[in-house]
Amino acid sequence: MSQTEGKGSGALQVKFVPDEEVLKHIADDSGIKVRKDKTQQMVNVKRFVKKLENISDDEDQEILEEKNYVAVLGICAQDSMGNGSSVSGGEVYSFQTPKRSSKMAELASELAQTPGQSVASDHSKCPEKTAKTPQSSSNKKKEFVSTTPYRLRKRLAAPDLYLESESEYSASCSEEEDEEDQKEVSTVLSGQKTPAKTKAASTPPPRNNLGKKNKEDKMSNLVEEYFEAHSSSKVLTSDRTLQKLQKRRLNQQTLHDLLKKAPLAYAAEIKELNQQHESLFSKWMLQMHLGFNIVLYGLGSKRDLLEKFRTSVLQDSVHLVVNGYFPSITVRSILSSITEEVLDHIGTFRSPLDQLEFIIKRFKEDSSLELYVLIHNLDSQMLRGERSQQILAQLSSLPSIYLIASIDHINAPLMWDQAKLSLYNWLWYETTTFSPYVEETSYENSLLVQQSGSLALSSLTHVLRSLTLNARGIFRLLAQYQLENKDNPSYPGLSFQDFYQQCREHFLVNSDLTLRAQLTEFRDHKLIRTKRGADGVEYLLIPVDDSTLTDFLEKEDEDV
Amino acid sequence: MYSENVPRHCFTRKDLILPFFFIKSMYRSERQFRAIDFRERNNASEDSELRFVTCQSLWNQIKSETEQIQEDLNKQLFDNLLSFLRRSHSEFQEKTTEWTCQMKSREIPTAALVLGVNVTDHDLTFRSFSEVLQNNITPYIALLEAKDCPDIKNLMQKLMGQLMNCYIDVDSLEDEDSVQVSQNRIRCSMTSLINWYENVTKKTDSETPSKKRTSSCRHWQSPPVVVIFKDMESFTTKVLQDFIVISSQHIHELPLVLIFGIATSPMIIHSLLPHSVSSLLCIELFQSLSCKEHLSTIVDKLLLTTQFPFKLGEKVLQVLINIFLYHDFSVQNFIKGFQLCMVEHFYSQPLSVLCCQLVDTKKRVNSLSHDQCENIRKLPSFRRYVESQVSEKQIALLTADNFLKEIIQKLLEDLHVYHENYVSVLRCLHVFTSSLPKYPLGKQIRELHCACLENRVWETEEYESSLQLARMLNKSDLVTMLQQCVEIFVSSSGKEFDKTVEKLKEFLTQFQKLEVAEAIQERDVSVSSQKELQKKTDLYHLQKTLLELKESRRSKKLTKFEMLRFEVVDYIDSLVRTYLVPADHKTLHEIVYFNTASVLRGHLNAAPRIALHTALNNPYCYLKNQALKSDGGSISNKAPDICIVYKLHLECGRLINLVDWLEAFSTVVMAVEGPNADAASSDQVDDIIHARFIRAVSELELLGFIKPSKQKTDHVARLTWGAC
Repeated sequence: MSQTEGKGSGALQVKFVPDEEVLKHIADDSGIKVRKDKTQQMVNVKRFVKKLENISDDEDQEILEEKNYVAVLGICAQDSMGNGSSVSGGEVYSFQTPKRSSKMAELASELAQTPGQSVASDHSKCPEKTAKTPQSSSNKKKEFVSTTPYRLRKRLAAPDLYLESESEYSASCSEEEDEEDQKEVSTVLSGQKTPAKTKAASTPPPRNNLGKKNKEDKMSNLVEEYFEAHSSSKVLTSDRTLQKLQKRRLNQQTLHDLLKKAPLAYAAEIKELNQQHESLFSKWMLQMHLGFNIVLYGLGSKRDLLEKFRTSVLQDSVHLVVNGYFPSITVRSILSSITEEVLDHIGTFRSPLDQLEFIIKRFKEDSSLELYVLIHNLDSQMLRGERSQQILAQLSSLPSIYLIASIDHINAPLMWDQAKLSLYNWLWYETTTFSPYVEETSYENSLLVQQSGSLALSSLTHVLRSLTLNARGIFRLLAQYQLENKDNPSYPGLSFQDFYQQCREHFLVNSDLTLRAQLTEFRDHKLIRTKRGADGVEYLLIPVDDSTLTDFLEKEDEDV
Repeated sequence: MYSENVPRHCFTRKDLILPFFFIKSMYRSERQFRAIDFRERNNASEDSELRFVTCQSLWNQIKSETEQIQEDLNKQLFDNLLSFLRRSHSEFQEKTTEWTCQMKSREIPTAALVLGVNVTDHDLTFRSFSEVLQNNITPYIALLEAKDCPDIKNLMQKLMGQLMNCYIDVDSLEDEDSVQVSQNRIRCSMTSLINWYENVTKKTDSETPSKKRTSSCRHWQSPPVVVIFKDMESFTTKVLQDFIVISSQHIHELPLVLIFGIATSPMIIHSLLPHSVSSLLCIELFQSLSCKEHLSTIVDKLLLTTQFPFKLGEKVLQVLINIFLYHDFSVQNFIKGFQLCMVEHFYSQPLSVLCCQLVDTKKRVNSLSHDQCENIRKLPSFRRYVESQVSEKQIALLTADNFLKEIIQKLLEDLHVYHENYVSVLRCLHVFTSSLPKYPLGKQIRELHCACLENRVWETEEYESSLQLARMLNKSDLVTMLQQCVEIFVSSSGKEFDKTVEKLKEFLTQFQKLEVAEAIQERDVSVSSQKELQKKTDLYHLQKTLLELKESRRSKKLTKFEMLRFEVVDYIDSLVRTYLVPADHKTLHEIVYFNTASVLRGHLNAAPRIALHTALNNPYCYLKNQALKSDGGSISNKAPDICIVYKLHLECGRLINLVDWLEAFSTVVMAVEGPNADAASSDQVDDIIHARFIRAVSELELLGFIKPSKQKTDHVARLTWGAC
């Protein structure tokens, strides 16, 4: 019904759907005939559960239904596996965000101070603590902010002593500091208010209209808070950077080695968890054969679990393992490996859809064909697109293709709409393993990890190896020139004319045209990038970072 | 990762001895495979194979039943559509190419098929519809989906591909070496489509006169070309408009019929297409059965029947219905959920081997192993039963397997009879409650069913109020209801209802008598009162009679009708009390009822975010280690790294400084490691902590809680809003 109201606004694309249409979907055609007679007074208005048909009737009814719905769906699991379901949605998707930057340090020190026992960490839950802060003026506030890290540092006795001399704390815009502090105070205040409200929300919603109004009020309040917090682009955080920490960036290899040294916490418990999951293997097999597909979710890498499933159950069947977390995986490569390796078909297809059609046809023709598909991280960057999911869903809907996949991202279920869900025909299994995501994160371009660039390097060498000697020389020249200029931050690249000159000097090309042809080849392989400068001159650049380039040149030297 | 650094990240594994393997897989039939899965967990003593076979045969029955239901429900709609299609191109049939006809036939006959929001079910409907079409009207059908047709070219390609393929299919039956028309070679245009159509129709006309006889009984000489747009709403307006405009130009050469599948409302046609285009269509509206009616029929035929021994418990049914009402309105999903319930039940309950048709039970009970007997003795409902028996019988039940088997047989028969009676009485009660104002017990029979399964329905407030309401029904309603009840009981299979039927019929005759008597009485009363009034005209007497009247009204005696009404309601009440006992009060109900709703919910309607939340906030839920135990809302500092990092990041705003974060993390971790770590705070330890931090942060990034930000150096952005 709100749709009709929104019709006027031009910006929104709202379509007119009359109330009757909406009602028709919700309510039975017969509608609600409320007999007008005295019996109405006698009837206890308390209704029986879940009558969607009457939704238009009373508003209190709605709330009652909602409650019942939650109650029924929230049937807590008796078994140990499903104990995640005891949390209500309101707890997960709460709206309060404390904004003080010192909070983290404070929490950390608190956690540290009381080793071995639990800490009431949540500040919003101890009002006397938060109550102190709002009263403090902006001056006091600063003091407070700077002291906590100091206290921290004493505890740390860390080598980064020189940091102390610097100002710890600076807003990104200093003249507005006061204002921002004030804003902060207000958010803290509202943050203090919200816990009480959420508590109200957790109690069963009252049945009368008053309760509903309260709820609405609260909702709008939360919404306002959200936009208030996101309205300014300035965020107050400290200015410290990792460079000042005198800590070298680790590369993947050393990181891996270091982590190997660190013992895995709670190994016994994790093993127990895994054993619980492993007992489900035969059930999974059964359910996959009955036309369902399995999706695993929960914290922790599910790679080992699936791997174990593969080795223990799928030993003698045709199966396909897809490492979705791999950064360059595509649906096309999945489809090709099915057509080439499973169906032994040699040939190309015009589009993935054609390929899919071919696969579907083959599997329908030959009922003895069976294929198990294991996908690690179905929600990875490369596979989460709408088209890829559509293709995979169609693939999985084949009766003789059995899909078992894992998802990790918090928003992964948003990939699927009703149509895809029904194609996938998922059975959800919670498999929280707590094991570290070793493989999955090793490809992630993590901020803290220095990229070894091994991928880029290997692709460079691969492409160049297939080129002529002259072409390699041309590329080398460009690389060397780029490395010579690596200290120049505004290096635009090598201009085409200069490059041509240099190539001639090295007897690599004999005409402008040959060089251009060569460069086109490079460009097709994404080895170089061309940019037109302000003066209209073409500049050439290798889009690889310097260390990789150095490695590459060294390797080339070895080969020669 | 280093072992797989140059990987083929997508690999298959076949046995090296390839041909051998395929032979193996060919002979290992599917059925054996699944039975093996069943057996793997359950040892043979629990009849796993038999259970599996039972489950499969039951499922097949149910499946065919649901398909039958679907077909029956759609029959009306399909008949209407078929007659529409026949009508639409009758002029074309007669080949009357008069001008008037041509002018009119600029309009493309179009059927707008309103199917409802349950998009996932549409596929099945369309499939059966195209089958029906194929059998009755035309072989030329194209099913188009919006996702295949981003522009008009693709649409034409798809359309022609489907049409010409079907032509090849028909043709290849006649002669194999006919020209294989490849859609790629033909230019996709309306003209080539028309040429094709002319060719095809001519061919069947001239070349195969013998064939014509056989085919003409199914199709006409020039059958219409039916184009079905499965999901009209998701097509781009441009594509639709173009297609309609183009094809309307050729309508007198190509008998085209469009069918729009519509999920929302017929208004959408007018909002999608401008008037100039929609005027080219001659639209007729068809409405499919609503999905809720479909569900009611399914519930009626699957659950409220004694045909299938397997039953759903109250909570399970509630979950399934809720998923239907609140998530998808999809009947197919409901049936899938039902299938899952069955599989779960037969998989996890060893005694489900007895969940079969009554005729088979005797044999199965007799062949129960000792272990299975023990399983039965462990059932809570059976224990209750034993406790209610005399002591000698108790001993016999608990020790002698043979005696136990006899009793089981009897109890199972009882259970069957209970179901038979239950269903009839439930329907009867539904007749009463479904017409009460405000529907205290629900309008649908499934709601009533849930209420009855949940607990003793007569103890609930809703039942009380509905009885009160029933006591106020008027006579005509009451009589029709009673008649309906009589019908229900007569048609039911239960044997105990002869008496009930008699009793109800007696009520009915009493009502009839009452009617006659009342009519006479009324006349009498009116006549007599009039007489009295005429006779006594003085004030005193008038006053007196009025007072008398008033008096009598106050202590008004119940009329005969009211008495009878009370009697009827009480009788119904007594029926309810005897027959609508909740199933879990029945002995051995565990055998046929599936009750673990939590499993079902976990598999069908999972909440991945909540699982993550719990694992991060309260790792003790999963890792049962005392060190992790903590009060609600907080975590111990010994929690896994990712939990600590997560907890710390919750304290931040939109951006997080990595250095601060790292420092906070190392504070926590160092404190846990104790004073000795402080002493030896070498670079080594620091590096390890650093590495652990990096890992935890990149794990959070993988999970989607944070992402790298370029707003400020060494900062990450939070992607979730809120702290807990």
